Amino acid sequence: MLDIISRIFFRDHGGSREVARERLRLVLIHDRASVSPNFLNAMKEELIKVIREYMDIDEESLVVSFENEEDSVALVANIPIRGFRHAVNE
Amino acid sequence: MKSRVLVVTSGKGGVGKTTTTANLGTALAMMGKKVVLLDTDIGLRNLDVVLGLENRIVFDIVDVVNAKCKLKQALIRDKRFEGLCLLPAAQTKDKSAVTPHQMKNLTNELRSDFDYILVDCPAGIEQGFRNAIAGADDAIVVATPEVSSVRDADRIIGLLEAAGLNKSRLIINRLRSKMVKRGDMMNIEDILDILSIDLLGVVPEDEVIVISTNRGEPAVMENASRAGAAYRRIARRVTGEEVPMFNLDDSNNILDRFKKLLKLAR
Ligand SMILES: Nc1ncnc2c1ncn2[C@@H]1O[C@H](COP(=O)(O)OP(=O)(O)OP(=O)(O)O)[C@@H](O)[C@H]1O
Ligand SMILES: [Mg+2]
Repeated sequence: MLDIISRIFFRDHGGSREVARERLRLVLIHDRASVSPNFLNAMKEELIKVIREYMDIDEESLVVSFENEEDSVALVANIPIRGFRHAVNE
Repeated sequence: MKSRVLVVTSGKGGVGKTTTTANLGTALAMMGKKVVLLDTDIGLRNLDVVLGLENRIVFDIVDVVNAKCKLKQALIRDKRFEGLCLLPAAQTKDKSAVTPHQMKNLTNELRSDFDYILVDCPAGIEQGFRNAIAGADDAIVVATPEVSSVRDADRIIGLLEAAGLNKSRLIINRLRSKMVKRGDMMNIEDILDILSIDLLGVVPEDEVIVISTNRGEPAVMENASRAGAAYRRIARRVTGEEVPMFNLDDSNNILDRFKKLLKLAR
């Protein structure tokens, strides 16, 4: 109840603080990933390791990258599959 | 007492590194500590004027590392405070006039005579930054509540960690509580959430900083200055004292108290 009152009386009127926070969050996702050049590579190797247990993949053409959307950042992995491992549906 | 070398850094320029070095150093000296302030912003020396010591410079940091003079000859004693010294930057050279190795030797040499060695770092992440952090035990990162400043602080924290400085602490400078209240400035929590480092203190926006810089008298000397008071509290925290974070809410009217009550009840 208090919560409701509080929200009615004192809700954020969408000041620039929210905008700042959100922009900062997004820009830092990019910064942090690109600052260490090893970051994407390390993650890629881990991904390969896990996926290989389930599928036969084309490791050479695997691409992992960040993509900017309107209000979010997505991790996009393009992983060509050669085939499934036999034990997959056990 | 074991001496500490603390580098004051930020990445972004103009956020208050020199102001922080001058005020924190003066406050520590007022507490009876032996303090030396190192200006490593070679080519853009400023700490001397903020402290009001610009007329007393004979030698500088480049002279010292090139053995043109003895370290003691280059140190300027602040006559107002027992135990406060400045080693000024050179104005006519550039940042490559000193190497990280020389800086490390210099700070180590100073350890035997001082409790605190505060290093005022230049803006940027190039050689000047490398020099400034070379001999440091810990870093103090200064940021203002703005997107660009916090972004640069994040970068700097990463670079500090890569250099083995893992216990950096943050000073949020120029906070305007009125703007925070109306939702037009990021608040302390927002910034800490993003940077995830420990908070050393919050310094409000304060006209006295400008006035005291005009005069060459650090704001901590001014009892009535809110920024000065914040720096005095930060100095106590630096010495290891537990000092609760100052409530920057200057107004304490009924509405505010009601708001706080609601927050507590949640
Ligand atoms: N809390 C404050 N309130 C008001 N003004 C401030 C405050 N802190 C710093 N300033 C002002 O901001 C300006 C920049 O401060 P300062 O020179 O300390 O920054 P800096 O990080 O050392 O800059 P640089 O990167 O150029 O070395 C100065 O004019 C200073 O007076
Ligand atoms: Mg400066």
